[in-house]
Amino acid sequence: MSTVTADTHAAHGEHAPTSSFLKTYVFSLDHKIIGLQFLFSTLIWFSVGGLLAMGIRWQLAYPWRPMPLLGNLLAGPEGGQIAPENYTMLVTMHATVMIFFVIIPILAGAFGNFLIPLMIGADDMAVPVLNMLSYWFMWPAFFFIGSSFFVEGGAAQGGWTSYPPLSVIQQAAPGSLEGQTLWLLGVTFVGISSMMGSINYMTTIIQMRAPGMTMFRLPMTIWGMFITAVLQAFALPVLTAAGFMQLSDRMIGTGFFLPEGAMANNSPMETGGGQPLLWQHLFWFYSHPAVYIMILPAMGMVSDILSTFARKPLFGYKPMVYSISGIAGLGFIVWGHHMFVSGMNPMLGMTFMVSTMMIALPSAIKTFNWLGTLWGGKIQFTTPMLFAISFVSMFIIGGLSGIFMAATPVDIFIHDTYYIVAHFHYVLFCGTAMAVFGGIYYWFPKMFGRMMNDSWGKVHFSLTFILMNCVFYPMHILGMQGFPRRLADPYHYETFRNLLEVNQFISWCAFLLMASQSIFVVNFFYSMFFGPRAGRNPWKANGLEWQAPSPPGHGNFDFQPIIYRGPYEYGSPEVDEDYYPQTQPPKEKAIPNDQ
Amino acid sequence: MKHFWSFLFFLVPLFGVATFVFAPHFNIWLPRDVSEQGRTIDNLFMFILYLTGIVFIVTESVLFYFLWKYDGKSNKESVKFSHGSHALELVWTIIPAVTLLFIAIYQMQAWAADKIDAPAIPFTAEVTGRQFNWDFRYPGPDGELYTQDDIVRTDGKLYLPVNEQIMLKITSGDVLHSFFLPNLRVKQDVVPGMAQKMWFKGKKTGGFDIVCAELCGWGHYKMKGRVFFLPRDEYDAKLVELSAEQDKMTVQVPEEE
Ligand code: HEM
Ligand SMILES: [Cu+2]
Ligand SMILES: [Cu+2]
Repeated sequence: MSTVTADTHAAHGEHAPTSSFLKTYVFSLDHKIIGLQFLFSTLIWFSVGGLLAMGIRWQLAYPWRPMPLLGNLLAGPEGGQIAPENYTMLVTMHATVMIFFVIIPILAGAFGNFLIPLMIGADDMAVPVLNMLSYWFMWPAFFFIGSSFFVEGGAAQGGWTSYPPLSVIQQAAPGSLEGQTLWLLGVTFVGISSMMGSINYMTTIIQMRAPGMTMFRLPMTIWGMFITAVLQAFALPVLTAAGFMQLSDRMIGTGFFLPEGAMANNSPMETGGGQPLLWQHLFWFYSHPAVYIMILPAMGMVSDILSTFARKPLFGYKPMVYSISGIAGLGFIVWGHHMFVSGMNPMLGMTFMVSTMMIALPSAIKTFNWLGTLWGGKIQFTTPMLFAISFVSMFIIGGLSGIFMAATPVDIFIHDTYYIVAHFHYVLFCGTAMAVFGGIYYWFPKMFGRMMNDSWGKVHFSLTFILMNCVFYPMHILGMQGFPRRLADPYHYETFRNLLEVNQFISWCAFLLMASQSIFVVNFFYSMFFGPRAGRNPWKANGLEWQAPSPPGHGNFDFQPIIYRGPYEYGSPEVDEDYYPQTQPPKEKAIPNDQ
Repeated sequence: MKHFWSFLFFLVPLFGVATFVFAPHFNIWLPRDVSEQGRTIDNLFMFILYLTGIVFIVTESVLFYFLWKYDGKSNKESVKFSHGSHALELVWTIIPAVTLLFIAIYQMQAWAADKIDAPAIPFTAEVTGRQFNWDFRYPGPDGELYTQDDIVRTDGKLYLPVNEQIMLKITSGDVLHSFFLPNLRVKQDVVPGMAQKMWFKGKKTGGFDIVCAELCGWGHYKMKGRVFFLPRDEYDAKLVELSAEQDKMTVQVPEEE
C-alpha cells in the first residue's frame, strides 16, 4: 500500500503548481476544487428545486389562483396561474432536480471528492482526469434539464419515475415531446458522471490509503462513500440501459415498454409487444439502491460529527460497518416494494415484503448506535452537531413510517398518497439534506480556511428544524386520508375537501422555510471572505483531514501521514487531552489498540 | 435557557404524538370505511401505528434524555470511554428482527385475501381507465362481457350491489392509471395490455369517490369517478334503466366541476 501511495505521489507531481486561473479553478484536477465545483453547482440547483416546490405548494394552498412573484417564472405567460400541465411539470422537475441534481451529486460529488483523499491520507484521487471529467459531464446534464423548461410543451411531465407509456407516447402529455427526451439525456449524463466518480472512489479507497489506514480504521464517512460507490457501479448500468430503451421507444419506434394495442388520444400506436411493467422493474432496480446512495454517505457524515461533538468514541463501529454493508446487499432485492399495487404478480409481493422488513433492520441498528454514542458523552451543541442530532431524530420518523409501506396490505391504501411524500421527505430532506447542512458547517473551515458564524448557524438550524417538521409531519395525516400525490387540484374530490386548511398551513410553513434559507446563504458567503480564520483543527477532531492545513494545499498533506488508530478515540484514558488524532504516535507504554 | 436544545428536540415526540391524537377530532383520519375487508387493513394500520408509536416515543425520549443529561456544559462526569457492547448489539438486533418478521408474517393473510385469493365468480363490471375518465361496462342480462347486451357507460358512475361480493376487471385504454377507492381501501394500478382483477364487498349504500392515483397526464387531477352501492332491487332496476338509456345515449363527456 505504501508503495502505491509513493508512486502516485510522484505521478501527481506532474500537475503540481498550476499557474493559470483556468487551470486552477475551472479545469482543475485537484479533488478539492472539483469537490467545491460540485458543491456550488448543486447548491444552485438546490435553490431551483426549492423554488419549484414553492410552486407546488402554492397550487395546493390556492388552486388556480395566480402565483405572486414566482408565477410568471414557473408557469409561463398565463398571468402566473399554474395550469394543470405545468403542475405535473413542477412535480416532475422538482423531484428530478432534487434527486439527480442535488442529493446524489452533493453527497458523492461534493463531499466524496473533497473528503475521500483527505480522510484516507491520499494526495488526490486515483485518476484525477476522470475526476475532472465526472464534473464536466454534469454540464451537459445541467444544460439538458435547464433548457427543457423552455422547449415546446415544457419540461418532462411524466413524474421523476418517468413511467411509460405516458413518458413514451408523445401525444400523451405536452411534456412528452422534447421535454422527456431532454430528461432522459440529462439523467443519462448524471449517470455517466456518477459512474466515473464511483470507479474513482472505489479505486482510491482501496488503493491509496496512507500507511496504517486499515479498512477498519476508516471513518464512517468513507465507509458510506465506499458502499455508495459500489452500489452505483452495480445499479447504474441498469438505469442507463433502461434509459436508452426508453429513448429508442420514443425516437425509433421500438416497443420495449409499449403493449400491443397501445392507444394515444384515441388513435392506435404503431408499436407493441412490450410491457410497461418492465420499465418499473428496471427503474426501481436502480432507484431503490439509489435511495441508499442518497443516505449512506449522510449516515457516515453524521456518525463522524456525532462522535466529534459528543467527545466520545462512536458506539459500535464494526456493527455500523456491517450494517451498511448489509444494506448494500439487501438493497438489490427489495425494489419490488415500489410495485406492490403495480400489477406485478402478487405472490412476489410476499417475498419483497419480507426482504423489505429485513432491510429496516440495519437502519435500526445504526439508530441505536448513534444513541449509544451520545450516551455518557460531553455533548457540545455546535451548529454541525445540531444538524447531526436532527438527522437522528428525523431519521427515526422516516424509518418508522417506512414500516407502514413495507406492510403490503397497508401499502394498498397509502401507496401514491401523501403518506409516501411525508416518508421520503423525512428521509431525504429532514434526513439527508440536514446531514448535508451539518457537513457544510462542519467541514467549511477545512474548505475555506475560515469559520462560519455559529450563532447565525443556530438561528438557521432552529428555523429549518421547526418549519421542516411543520411542513412534512402533517403530510402523514393527509396521506392517512388517502390524499394522492401529484394532483393539481385535490379539492375536486369530496373526500379531500376538508384538507384545504391543512394544506394552507403546510404551504405557509414551506414558504417560510424557503425564506429562512437565506440566512444560510448570507452566512456562507460572508464567512467565506470575512469569517474568522480557522486553524488546522478548530473542532479538536481526530480525523486525518484535520491534520492538513486549512485549506489544504496541492497534494493535501505537508507531511507523510502515518495512521496509528481509528478516528474515534475521544476521551481516551491514554492521553491527557480529550482527543487523540489518528496520526499522533502512541505513548511508549500504551496498550496497543485494535480498533 | 439551560438545556434549550434538548427541549427543542423533545418537541418532536411531543407534537408528533399530539398530531395523531388530535387529528381524529378534526375529522382528518382514515376516511370512513364502507367495505368488508377494509377493517383488516385499518386494524393493521393501527397496530403498526401503536407499535411504531411506542418505539418513536421511547427512542425520541432517550435521545432527549441523553442530550439533557450529557450536555457538555453541565455534565461534570468524565466521558464514558466505550467502543460499544456486544450484548446490547445483539439485543437491539434480535428484538427488531423478530418484531419485523412477525409483522411480515402476521399480515400475509390479509395480503392474500386482497390480492391473491380471487373468488371464482363472474365479473360484475369492467373498468377502463382512459385520459381522463373512467369507463364502465356491465355484462348485461346474459352475465357475460363483450356480448350484444353489454351496458357501456362513460359518465364515470359505477353502480354496484351492496353487501355482495364484487369482481371487477380492470384495464387501461392508454396510459397507466390507478383505480383507487379510498373508502373501500382498495387500489390497483391500471396497466395497458394487462387485465387485472379487483374484488371487494361494499357494506354501506351511498356514493363514494373513485380517485386516480397514478399520474396519467395533465388531467390526472380531474380523473374522478363515483361508485354507488345500491340494494339489490334498486341495482337491478338501475341496470335496466341504464340499458334502456343505452340506445339513446351518445357518448357523454363528464362535465367539468
Ligand atoms: C422546502 C422543501 C421542500 C418542499 C416544500 C417540498 C415539497 C414537495 C411537494 C409538495 C411535492 C409534491 C408531492 C406531490 O404532489 O406529488 C414534492 C415531491 C417530491 N420531493 Fe419535495 N419538497 C421539498 C424538498 C425536497 C428535497 C430536499 C428533496 C430531495 C432531496 C425532495 C424530493 C422530492 C421528491 C423525490 C418528490 C416526488 C415527486 C413525485 O414523484 O411525486 N423534496 N416535494
Ligand atoms: Cu388516470
Ligand atoms: Cu391519473
